[in-house]
Amino acid sequence: MTGIGDRAPAFSLPDTGGTERSLETPAVIVFTCNHCPYALGWHDRIADAARDYQDVHFYAINPNDAERYPRDSLEAMRERVEREGDWPMPYLHDESQEVARAYGAKTTPDLFVLDADGALRYRGAPDPDHQDPSLNASWLREALDSVLAGKDVARPETDPVGCSVKWK
Amino acid sequence: MTVELLWWEGCPSHPQAQAELERILREEGVAAEVTRVEIEDDEQARRERFPGSPTIRIGGEDVVPPGEGEPYSLTCRVYRTRDGRISPVPDPEDVRDAVRRAA
Repeated sequence: MTGIGDRAPAFSLPDTGGTERSLETPAVIVFTCNHCPYALGWHDRIADAARDYQDVHFYAINPNDAERYPRDSLEAMRERVEREGDWPMPYLHDESQEVARAYGAKTTPDLFVLDADGALRYRGAPDPDHQDPSLNASWLREALDSVLAGKDVARPETDPVGCSVKWK
Repeated sequence: MTVELLWWEGCPSHPQAQAELERILREEGVAAEVTRVEIEDDEQARRERFPGSPTIRIGGEDVVPPGEGEPYSLTCRVYRTRDGRISPVPDPEDVRDAVRRAA
């Protein structure tokens, strides 16, 4: 499990187009999925942040057991990206769940912000309320603004809120 | 009137669903007790015809009937509020309508 200040684990995972994507920093890693109302409710706010912070690498990673939850299969992920059409970040499949375990992901969504050196600087929820789009991923944006300015993150950790990761 | 809240611990929305359900029952003057049913595994989910957490049934009817072919499993349900937003709990007005239908 990765703690605040720790160097985050590197990874290489396939995206929905079959391309292997490796971690580049600074980065936002979002453990997410297709069928969780919390992940879906926050998705647009996270995607907007990805569009607004072009110098930061955003990765959406689906770690759920696709055998028990076929809606989280790679094929279902591909269909979703094609249907929605405007994903500003790659959607990666963590079939072995090793990346999610290495980061200590608990829920979907669960966010991790890494600085340019790959150190974990924020972990938790995008903002305080999944049902209020006006919050605009404020906790995530605060963390990114601090990281990009070379400052300490005032609120480095919040409780992730969402559906439990579906472990095998 | 039977009022059931079926829930699974992997989804954190059931306390909110129960609070809203009990508030609506009070507002509608219905004295029914809410029976909580914890769903713990896939077999029980299939047996109880559980499409996800939380599921509220009033008089045996789901307040937001799931779509045809919806699988029964340990998952969180995706609801839509009446203004179109995605929500982990049913729109309170859908719950209220179901209470009134059953009363």
